[in-house]
Amino acid sequence: MSDSKLSIVVIDENPVRAAILMDGLAESGHADVVHIDNVDNLLKKIFAIDPDVILIDLENPSRDTLEQMFQVSREVRRPTAVFVDETDRAMTDAAVDAGVSAYIVDGLKKERVNQVVDLTISRFNAFSRLQAELSEAKTALSERKTIERAKGILMQTRGMSEEQAYAALRKTAMNEKKRIVDIANSLVTADQIAS
Amino acid sequence: MLDSQGGDRDNSSDADARPEIATVHAGIIPLLDCAPLVAAAEFGFAEKCGLELALSREQSWASIRDKVSIGHLDCAHMLGPMVLASTLGVGHVRTPMIAPMALGLNGNAITVSSDLHARLKAAGMTGDDVMSGAHALKTVIDENLKAGRPPLTFGIVFPFSAHNYELRGWLAAAGINPDFDLRLVVIPPPLMVANLDQGLIDGFCVGAPWNAVAVEAGVGEIVVTKSQLWHNGPEKVLGVRETWAQAHPRTLRALIRALVEAARWVEMPENRLAVAETLSAPTYLDTDAAIIARCMAGALPASDSADLAPDPDFITFFRDDANFPWRSHAAWFAAQMIRWRQIDQDTDVGALAEQVYRPDMYRDAVRTLDLPVPDVDWKSEGMGESEGRFFGGAVFAPAEHKFD
Repeated sequence: MSDSKLSIVVIDENPVRAAILMDGLAESGHADVVHIDNVDNLLKKIFAIDPDVILIDLENPSRDTLEQMFQVSREVRRPTAVFVDETDRAMTDAAVDAGVSAYIVDGLKKERVNQVVDLTISRFNAFSRLQAELSEAKTALSERKTIERAKGILMQTRGMSEEQAYAALRKTAMNEKKRIVDIANSLVTADQIAS
Repeated sequence: MLDSQGGDRDNSSDADARPEIATVHAGIIPLLDCAPLVAAAEFGFAEKCGLELALSREQSWASIRDKVSIGHLDCAHMLGPMVLASTLGVGHVRTPMIAPMALGLNGNAITVSSDLHARLKAAGMTGDDVMSGAHALKTVIDENLKAGRPPLTFGIVFPFSAHNYELRGWLAAAGINPDFDLRLVVIPPPLMVANLDQGLIDGFCVGAPWNAVAVEAGVGEIVVTKSQLWHNGPEKVLGVRETWAQAHPRTLRALIRALVEAARWVEMPENRLAVAETLSAPTYLDTDAAIIARCMAGALPASDSADLAPDPDFITFFRDDANFPWRSHAAWFAAQMIRWRQIDQDTDVGALAEQVYRPDMYRDAVRTLDLPVPDVDWKSEGMGESEGRFFGGAVFAPAEHKFD
């Protein structure tokens, strides 16, 4: 039996991360993947799909609902957490760090699922990096805007050229051992109070 | 084993001994009984004991369990039965955990939708008999079956929870089979009210303040409180990994002392408003401070004021040995896990209770505080104060389960 026959459910309310994971699963040959983005009536949806593997964001509040399936097993095959074996400590650590939890149904060989879990961990990590880069880019953009505004204020009130305004900001920052953006921020705030 | 003579009790500097680590990371779930943890962190009790307590609000009980078991959190606000389940390795990685103190007593209630409440009253539910609601529910379930309506659905917070066992006990005492006559679904506490409002469930058993929030929102009515069902029944505990406790004995002692002092302070009526205000913040319960304060006072709302008398014991943080981890509480939980087929029928309940609930550690930690502390680890549940209030009149005699 090939891994591509695994039926996988991805429960993630973040559409971007889910898309990144779904792409990765498709690339590695998993065609039978369903994304659940709305957790209302979660158990009913999962009963209907009857998956082999369930991948869910560690911080999803519906994890407790899902775990009930370990107890109530009349309606579907009984799923268990992937990390039921203490020899899996390294993978468990990696998964918790990445924010992934995974459940597989009873009787499924764990080796068949490891590749899926590894892939999920790496995709979740890639998503986190993407998030971090995005927020860095946003910060950089807003810092640049602040500096531009501070330069504008100096040019208007002190009649400086753009180069002079920037040099003044940089000199003050060096003297006060602060970042240019902090000096620019103070200047913009002071200007707002004054006006 | 801790020696009962208190071998190093002469070492009075122990109370001041520096904890092994300065910062303790603890997880909480948005519920009123996380108050001792929040008060310890926010009102100086942890600091007084030489600790910084860093709290993180978690999204699910599963997340609490995973993060404690992996060491991302040092300890947490935990469901008593969850500590037993982790130790046994039921449902997840086997991680021996211990409960060296309890965080309070009571606090839960069973709430039903306004529609179901009206049907229960029509079927004979009265305010003065705690079992009448369950008997009325039996009538409603029978009517539904005859009429070919789908089964009722009730929400619980986790498979291994006092809530699950209380609801099941209450239903079963009225002849309702909770596994066949209705559906039980797990929903995180803060989401219960929305689920009831949307008609996805017909009722739930959850901790404070979410029952009161449902009534205030006009979507449900409280049918019975835990304190009516079992006066001074066990609830959340401080859960820690056994290996963490062994590696950090001074930290754990300091933490227990801080939490006990915080619990004593939380319970003082004059501090209610400050506690409620603090808990109402988005980082904690994210709900109305006035509702939290009324829950603390035991003044539960009801749309018809004749329905529910004030219950001064609705939730208990400190008095009546509320922080003492009774082994008979653990034994009752384990007995319920067996009753509802969650664990092996031949599990040694007594041995499990001795391993997981650690009154010895509690006594050791609080000996420098001027506190009355029980000198036995087991008691009969449903006797004394709670007589006749234990699920309609039963008694749980853990002597039968006592492990020698």
